[in-house]
This record gives sequence, C-alpha cells and structure tokens, in this order.
Amino acid sequence: MVHVTLWAGLVPLADNQKTLAVEASTIRELLRKLEELYPGLRDPIRNQVAVVVNGVIYRDDWSAELPEGAEVFLMRRLAGG
Amino acid sequence: MSFDAAYKKQAFKSVGTRPLRPDGVDKVTGRARYGADFNMPGQLVARVLRSPHAHARIKRIDTARAEAVRGVKAIITAADLPDLTNGDAALFAILDNCMARTKARYDGHAVAAVAAIDEKAAKEALGLIEVDYEVLPHVVDVDAAMQPDAPILDETVFTTGVEPAPKAPSNVANRSEFGHGDIEAGFAQADIIVERSFKTEQAHQGYIEPHACVASCNPDGTADLWVCTQGHFVYRQNCADLLGLEVSKLRVTSSEIGGGFGGKTHVWAEPVALALSRKAGRPVKLVMSREEVFRASGPTSATSIDVKIGARKDGKITAASATLRYTNGPYGDMWAELGAMTSFACYDLENVKTVGFEVLVNRPKVSAYRAPSAPMAAFAVESAIDELAQEIGMDAVELRIQNAASEGTRSSYGPVYGPIGIGPTLEAAKAHPHMSAPLGRNQGRGMACGFWFNFGGQTCTDLNINSDGTVTLAVGTVDVGGSRASLSLIAAEELGIDYQDIKAVIADTATLGYNDMTDGSRGTFSSSMATISAARNAIEVMRKRAALTWDIPLEDVQWKDGHAHAAGTKYGNLAPLSVKDIAAKSGNTGGPIAGHSELVADGAGVSFATHICDVEVDPETGSTRVVRYTVIQDAGKAVHPSYVEGQYQGGAAQGIGWALNEEYVYGDDGRLQNPGFLDYRIPVCSDLPMIDTQILEIPNPNHPYGVRGVGETSIVPPLAAIANAVSNAVGVRMAHIPMSPPRILSALNRKTGS
Repeated sequence: MVHVTLWAGLVPLADNQKTLAVEASTIRELLRKLEELYPGLRDPIRNQVAVVVNGVIYRDDWSAELPEGAEVFLMRRLAGG
Repeated sequence: MSFDAAYKKQAFKSVGTRPLRPDGVDKVTGRARYGADFNMPGQLVARVLRSPHAHARIKRIDTARAEAVRGVKAIITAADLPDLTNGDAALFAILDNCMARTKARYDGHAVAAVAAIDEKAAKEALGLIEVDYEVLPHVVDVDAAMQPDAPILDETVFTTGVEPAPKAPSNVANRSEFGHGDIEAGFAQADIIVERSFKTEQAHQGYIEPHACVASCNPDGTADLWVCTQGHFVYRQNCADLLGLEVSKLRVTSSEIGGGFGGKTHVWAEPVALALSRKAGRPVKLVMSREEVFRASGPTSATSIDVKIGARKDGKITAASATLRYTNGPYGDMWAELGAMTSFACYDLENVKTVGFEVLVNRPKVSAYRAPSAPMAAFAVESAIDELAQEIGMDAVELRIQNAASEGTRSSYGPVYGPIGIGPTLEAAKAHPHMSAPLGRNQGRGMACGFWFNFGGQTCTDLNINSDGTVTLAVGTVDVGGSRASLSLIAAEELGIDYQDIKAVIADTATLGYNDMTDGSRGTFSSSMATISAARNAIEVMRKRAALTWDIPLEDVQWKDGHAHAAGTKYGNLAPLSVKDIAAKSGNTGGPIAGHSELVADGAGVSFATHICDVEVDPETGSTRVVRYTVIQDAGKAVHPSYVEGQYQGGAAQGIGWALNEEYVYGDDGRLQNPGFLDYRIPVCSDLPMIDTQILEIPNPNHPYGVRGVGETSIVPPLAAIANAVSNAVGVRMAHIPMSPPRILSALNRKTGS
C-alpha cells in the first residue's frame, strides 16, 4: 500500500481527495489503478504527470518499484531550460 | 530499466580530467557549422511578415500582389497550416504562435511568410501583402492584465485551479498552490515579519545564434530539416504533428548550437519553413534576424511577487508565504507554477504556502530560460530572507544554515527530500575567504541560495568500436555545453582507452532512437548513463570475441583496464588483448563490434547552489559594477571540471545581465522598443569580473558515477545575490529587477528625499 498525494489541479478529478491509498508495486500499476478508480485522471496522467517516489522524481520510468509505505507525489511534468 | 544506475564509488582515470574539447578548434577557426551555415542547391530564402500591433483581429489577408513579384515561389498564411492538433491545447498554442490564425496576439506575431529566389524579392513581397487588422486594446503588464477591466486576450480562457469554476473569461489561465502546515499559526509565532513586493522585467535568453533552419520537402512525401535546436527529436515530433507528416518521413539534423538556454526547446520558424518548402517544392532557408528573435521568440516571464516571512528572534523561520504572478505571453502554461514550487525549496519550513497565477499578456509566448521561473522566485524570497537577517541582527549565511532543508525535510512543493546539497554549499560559503574579504567605498556584499529540480529522460546511444580500435560515440542529446568532451571521457573511462581515441557525434533522427529534449540539465547526466550502458554492452561483445580468439570459455575472460584477460593460471601464456587487438580481428570473430543503449534516465536529483557577490555602485550615475563573484554548487561528480566551471560561470554571467540591465521595454502602443543588442544590453567580458567557482562533489545515488546535472541551477541565485549586494551598498532595499542605473538613482533619491 502506498499513499499518493495529488497536485491541487487533480484533486477535483479524484472526488476532491488530496491523498489516496493505493495497492501498487510499480509506478505503472499505480497509474493504471488511479485511472481505473478515477477516469477523470486519465488525460492528466497520460499527458503531463511526473511521479515523485520518496523524494526522487520520475518523469518516464514507470517500471520503478514502489517500496511498501513509499511516499508518492504526482506532480506536473516539469519544463527545463 | 535493466541498467543498474546505482552509484558505486570508484577511482577514476579519465573522468575528472580536463582535456581539450573536441569541437573547440572548429569553433574558434570558424569551421563549425551553425544553423545558418547549411545550404542546399536551389534553396529559397524565406522571410516572415509580422504584426505591428500588440493585439489585433486579422480580418483579411490578400497575398495576390505579393505573389506576382518576380522570384516569389510561395506565400503561406495560417490557411496553409491547417489545425491538426485534435484538441491538444499545448500543440495548438505552438501552431498559433508559429502563424497567427484569427488574431495577432503580440507585436511581432507572424501573420504570413514568403519564399523567394533571393532576399530582395522576399522583402518586396512582404511589403505587398495586405493585412486588414482590427486593432484591439492590449495589455503587457502582469498586474494590469489581472485587473477586472483589463482587455481579455482570449475569450475561451477561464481560470482553472479555482473553485467554483469562474463563469467569465480571464487573463489568468491557472492558479496553482503548494505548501503545508498553517501559515497563520506560524506567523502568530513570529517575533519579526518581513513583507515586501517585488517585480522582475522580462528577459531574453540572449543566445548569440539566431534561430535558423533549412527545410526540404520532397515529392515522395519525405522531408529533411537542418536546424539549430536543443532537441531535434522533439522538433521532429512537433513539426510532424503540425504538418501531418509521418515521423519516420521527417529527418531532422541538428547543427552546432550558438546558445539555447531553453529558448531552443520550442519550434518557432521550423514549421513555417517546412510549409513554405512543401508549397514551393524547393528547399527553403529561414534565418531570423536579431529583431525577430527578440520580438517573436523565447523570452522568460515578467513577474510580480509578494513575499511574507516570519521568524523568531533566534532565527527560526515560523512561516513563509508567496504569491507569484508570471506573464505567459498569450498562451497559458506553467511558469508561475514552477516559481511557486521552487520559491522556498531551499528551506525546512513547518508552515509554508505559495500561490502561482499564470497571466496572459500581449507579449511573445514565454519559453523556458535556464531553470525556468526559479530565478525570479529566488530573487523575491532570498531578498526577503536577507532583510529578515538584518532585522534580526543575524548573519545572512547563519540564518540560512539554521533554516536550510536537509535529508528528511518536507519540501515546500510536497515531497520529502533524500540526500541534498544545500547545507554543504552554505557551509562552504561560510568558510570561503570571499565572505570575510574587506569591502571598499560604495561597495556592498550579498549572497543567496538557489534550487532547481534537474531531470533526465528518454535517451538512446550507440557506441561503435572501429576496426582500428578507435570508438565512435553517437548520442542524441545536443552538445549545448561541452557534452561531447564529457561523454568521451565517460566512454574512455568505461572502455579503459584514451580520450583521444573517442569521437563523439550528435546523430540525426533517422540514425538513432528517440531522445528527449536537451533540457533540465540532463545532457551529460542522461547521455553519460546511456554511454556507460552502451560501453558495458560493447565490453560484453569484446569479451566474447576474446573468448573466440583464444578458444576458451567466455566465463574465463575478464575485462580489466581496457583489456580482456584470460583468468586463471591455466592461461598464463595468453597476453591480454586490448580494444585495438580485438577490433583488428573483429571481421573474423563475428563482424563489427558495437554497444547500444536505450534507457530512461530518471533520478537526476535536485540541485542547490550558493552565490556570493560584491558590487560597487556609483552614487552619481547609479551604475553598478560587479567586482567579485563566487559560485558554489554541487556537481555530484564533475566529469570535465572545466566545463562544470563554465556552466557555473555562464549562469552567473547571465544572471548578472538580468539583474543589472536586461529588460524588455514596451511603448504605450504595446510595441517592443529595444529589439536589439544595442538597446537590450547583455554583459560582455569587460562588464564581468573573473567568476570564481567551487565545485562540491556529493555523489548522486542514482547515477553510476554520481553525476548530477549542472547547467541550470547557476542562474537561480544571481538576481538575489546581486540585489542583496546592491541593497547593502546603497542602503535601500532594491525590489525591482533589473537594477538599472535609473532605478538605482531613483532609489537613492527616495532615500535622500530629493
């Protein structure tokens, strides 16, 4: 079980919940389950999400494993210069 | 990702040395080919017609007279770039920005383009294109654009991120919020509260090389694009999407790049050149003038920021908040959001809240500029922190050390930090001789911290062992800051061969797998990871070839110091085989030897820096001279220390220009008044002191060598460090960037009451 905190723009798309508990062992599984639970999250997840796992930002590696009890944040995908 | 990216401590032979850069001679002798240096037989010259109005409805465009000009081969308008974006708002913004559709949204917005046999014909045709504009009210100031009576840029924009959803359109495209704790309770605990508003003006990346490309659409439906870019694979995708091409049929080759700093992460002219070539049936060369670069490409945001910080007398910050308003140009994006995320990222705060507003104005579409949005936020926050230290009567470095984030701190943007380097940069600043050096008359010292995320991304690399044992390394990230040198060092380290035996090249989009944009300080971080992986794959091939050569089992072949060794005493008479030995026999042991890698380089790790600056202000003219400057930053592991230092110095130099001089100046008519380097003054060598650097090496746990990106963070602290230095020199808090002579004189006059 991991606890996922959503960025503010996603909260209305997840029944106004800021933090969700999801049973998932990888980022891919987490995002798939979030899409299943809250279909409104589908477009943001597919187009503009980055996932922070225990402080490390993942923009693309959806195979990254989620340790039990991991702190997970969904952030908007960042721009760089 | 099968590649194990975990850091492993090791002694280096090549990494950490300072060989000459492989592209250096070509660059200083003029042989290097930049965007405008490419030509094709029969190519046409393209010129773009741009709106003279800040905001105008395009009622009619008549190109008939222009088309009749002798030598004109094609003219395009938005009608030649049909909307294929399928509801993708970000892609539509790129399309509309490349060629205005219904409205010109800023001075310089492209409305038509011509391809002709020479510049004379193209210019003549531009003058004959008739555009019927309905001029509309405009707004260029960020605060004015948020007023209820401001002209609305886009009637379809309703502020997102607020509840309930607004019913009226607005120039505020989005509101974002970050933070934790209870800021009101935190401020109630404070003995001292500093509250101040700040402004920064719009600055351009100021890359020396203007945007340039040659586009060639062929009769068989294929197309080629030669272009100056930070990411040719992303340009390929953008152009293919906008023109309805299959990705595989568009081949994009990147040129040498004369600076990008984020401004070449975005297509501006390339889809226009391709559309002209498609219509004319001939290659088309499009080179922006400097004026066009300023008016129609790449600036960062102008901002208006309110900061409030409270602390106890012992220096512990009890609460902090910031409201950040960033111009976006005419299209909503996430620039204020980035400012809101980064503003307090250096600190360990129990109660913090930041709010960002994305504001639409009649200025060019904002593009990333080196750690985008963070320098302005750092200017406001670090100025307030400095003022707080003065109010408390505490040393500015000591106050920051007391409140610095560390491993386990919940960041102001949400996640908890792993191992981070803000503390070591502050301790290094505290111990640095610069901090205690005496100051002269009219001089002041300032310091500031900065944060940037850094990231990695999709990366693909090929490493080919040639028959003579030399190595060709093909990478897909563009060399924006010396990465061919650093990646050659990495390949030399892994293979155990000389740096001189490696030739690194930037492959085009048809010869290598996809690579993300070269941004987010990712070039060396990501491509070094892929190079290590490719080299290790090539070593596996070479072990097999050695086993075949010796006719012994593979498991008995070990790789060490650039040689295959037969393990064990039973092979005592077998001399080790070098890369050259193995390569020479490759034709008879299975053919060419190569290592390939495709991976996602995530785990870049966040980055921190601390800068110290001394300035001298002439009280009669308000002119400021930076007399000493020191950059302290964590590199994880400096692969080529000279180029790490170069990145530190470059960021500081750009920050100095931004802090003291650079500014988009708009007239009442909404037109840019200073679109050239004479009136938009970037610093030259004689404006700058030697910028001293101190590289800290705290290994990144998510890279085999511990490497971190270093390209961007160095531009985050300068605005604040210089503002703090100027404020200390003149005795007035400077809250408006740039601190140009008139602004400093005005502040001095206010101080003296004159």
